Amino acid sequence: MVQFNLPSNSKIKKGQYYKDKTGSKNIRKVNVYRWDPSKNENPRIDTYEVDMDNCSSKVLDILNKIKNEIDPSIAYRRSCAHGVCGSCAMNMNGKNGLACTKSHSELDGDIDIYPLPHLKVLKDLIGDLSTLYKQYESVEPWLKTTKINDKENIQTKEDRAKLDGLYECIMCACCSTSCPSYWWNGEKYLGPAVLLQAYRWIIDSRDEDRKERLKKVADELKLYRCHTILNCTNACPKGLNPAKAIAEIKKMLATA
Amino acid sequence: MSSYKIIDHEYDVVVLGAGGSGLRAAVGLSEAGLKTACVSKVFPTRSHTSAAQGGISAALGNMGEDDWRWHMYDTVKGADWLGDQDSIEYLCKEAPAAVLELEKYGVPFSRTEDGKIYQRPFGGMTKNYGNETVQRTCAAADRTGHAILHTLYGQALKHNTEFFIEYFALDLIMKDGACKGLIAWNLNDGTIHRFRSHITIIATGGYGKVYYSATSAHTCTGDGNAMVLRAGLPLQDMEFVQFHPTGIYGHGTLISEGVRGEGGYLVNSKGERFMERYAPKAKDLASRDVVSRSIAVEINEGRGIGKEQDHVHLHIDHLDPKVIEERLPGISEASKLFANVDVTKEPIPVVPTVHYNMGGIPTNYKAEVLTVNGSEKTVPGLMAIGEAACVSVHGANRLGSNSLIDLVVFGRAAAKRAAELVKPGMKHDEIDKSETDKCLDRFDKLRNSQGSNPTSELRLSMQKTMQSKCAVFRSEKTLKEGVDEIRKPFEGMESLSVKDKSLIFNTDLVETLEFDNLIRQAITTMDSAYHRKESRGAHAREDFPKRDDENYMQHTLSWCNGSKTKINYRPVHRSTLTNDVQYFPPQERVY
Repeated sequence: MVQFNLPSNSKIKKGQYYKDKTGSKNIRKVNVYRWDPSKNENPRIDTYEVDMDNCSSKVLDILNKIKNEIDPSIAYRRSCAHGVCGSCAMNMNGKNGLACTKSHSELDGDIDIYPLPHLKVLKDLIGDLSTLYKQYESVEPWLKTTKINDKENIQTKEDRAKLDGLYECIMCACCSTSCPSYWWNGEKYLGPAVLLQAYRWIIDSRDEDRKERLKKVADELKLYRCHTILNCTNACPKGLNPAKAIAEIKKMLATA
Repeated sequence: MSSYKIIDHEYDVVVLGAGGSGLRAAVGLSEAGLKTACVSKVFPTRSHTSAAQGGISAALGNMGEDDWRWHMYDTVKGADWLGDQDSIEYLCKEAPAAVLELEKYGVPFSRTEDGKIYQRPFGGMTKNYGNETVQRTCAAADRTGHAILHTLYGQALKHNTEFFIEYFALDLIMKDGACKGLIAWNLNDGTIHRFRSHITIIATGGYGKVYYSATSAHTCTGDGNAMVLRAGLPLQDMEFVQFHPTGIYGHGTLISEGVRGEGGYLVNSKGERFMERYAPKAKDLASRDVVSRSIAVEINEGRGIGKEQDHVHLHIDHLDPKVIEERLPGISEASKLFANVDVTKEPIPVVPTVHYNMGGIPTNYKAEVLTVNGSEKTVPGLMAIGEAACVSVHGANRLGSNSLIDLVVFGRAAAKRAAELVKPGMKHDEIDKSETDKCLDRFDKLRNSQGSNPTSELRLSMQKTMQSKCAVFRSEKTLKEGVDEIRKPFEGMESLSVKDKSLIFNTDLVETLEFDNLIRQAITTMDSAYHRKESRGAHAREDFPKRDDENYMQHTLSWCNGSKTKINYRPVHRSTLTNDVQYFPPQERVY
């Protein structure tokens, strides 16, 4: 039988409401997705009233404030807090981004915080990225060269510039988890994050394995599931353009 | 105690931590054919090495003449003569090969006109033993740490290193003074893992989070340092905490020294380039302790900027926007995000911010941990590298770009030494159950805390105390108060509150375990600072403004049991490793 509804255990229920206890006049409601794998319960949305007069500017500051002052049980990943480690990628008011660089002043109304879409949830805002990491391994992200000497490889400034816009990727997965093609075929389609990484090695003038690398991704599912929807480029918190990298790979294959 | 599911593993070597040094060690160990596990509480590319910006030092001489001996002299002087010169010789001599190796691994270094690795000036890096500025710091724009970390992770994948990711390490397994492995908690499924290994390499980074404002990540909690303390071993030179001169005011985000390397400069509220007064020769490129103290003096004397007169300005708006775009793109992005500043038009508001721990686990230049009695004897089976270790190459103050090189040089050294000591497949010792019981008792007790003090409150109290009592300038009075005050959050743990009792991604418990780690390091830092009655490098005592070589050419060793510490000293090595270079005797330190 075709099933049209979500299975009953994945319906999101209304959770707890944490009323402000500070007496602040500047309150914002923050709705957070919660799910605890150790309890046999449905996911729920907990709502927290947060005193914005004593909260720094980013969404991560709100989460830290909730964890420190209201509810220590809330689980999310975070580390560097300035947009270089990629830990705190999540979905905020419907858009993927890094909580540590996203200003809450840019979000309208109540703030809705969910895990990155279409990942298996491990707990609360923590998604399972293991498939993406395996796909990253599959593009063999290391320099392949047969040159053995004790000198550095020479690379012109122009050739080095080709890596700009690629090597900066922090693998936060905001792009891949915003891509409908990746949602449907995430096991087989490599997705924008990994294809951008693949292109980073394909285009490195020092690498001697370009042909093989191209051959490996030239696959109906791995590469050509990209339908240029461009959600990836729209989502990237580092301002990179994975869609363009994918287009470049396709172009290289078409003109090879 | 409720029963925990325990899973046993046997490895030749276990590396704890997957930042720059841990990954470099893991690569070397795998290459040597040793069965290696790399255990980390975060996915490797989330490690804090990713935040290193300006570069990695090595006397390659790509941008003018250079010599590793000059690099060594600069490092010795930067360290204010507290560094061990045998280790510093090793670092500087091995540095060029280590950087070239990174390039071969694929690090996307910026390039010179003739296609070589680009090098920029950095604080304290000079030519010909202090004579003029040299360009020694190899850079991948201002994202050098990120570029190195991602490349090293790729290499580890190439060598099939076995990773245990999002495993939180609890304690070392010790037997008769030797390390036999470690115990970790798998956050993904809540199981406990016991790793038996012939060698355990600690690469857990610094503990910046003992302070309220730091450039450090939330995860910089020095877990390995605390494991060493709990094993009854000492930490070394904990009083030496580096304040980076330029953290973004109000947020603490790092603004690389590379900014000043590329021509940026600091000004006070009068518009003066005040560094000219404090360091006539090196000016804005004096070593970090000197620049941070100068800023603190400017602010203390009323020449700070802003409503509270509590910060200074860093200008790069005079630089060619093209240079900024090519060499400092990350800085532009961070300044926009966290200070709302367009660096091509406005100055960046900055303030000295806790950045790096020179102190850590005492080791020799082969990365072997030194023992209990403060001698040169090593602890069998235990090594430490990276910011967690105190080799000591940075002494009382680290030079910018010497940390990244420290990671790869000593990561490599540890792998080499381990390959000498361990043969693949050697048989493992039986270990007593009591070590596991002791570890899980602590874990279980913290997990089931039903008291009234939330971890976040105790942590905040610790951070505020460190920030106010153990800052850029210190005195008998502030430190004495600090020694008393810092024990309060420790005592607060007797009535700790942990709300989440689950075992899968219980981040409430993770933060509690991290706090338990942090507070021990906070106590040893404060006590070590109190006992060092001189000014040297990053440790500036208002009541003892001079360096005292007669009494303090010594490393501080601090043991910590509960809130009780024991302080002792170990002499600084006064000889080099080989005859390739002569010992640099102490001099007055002027920039």
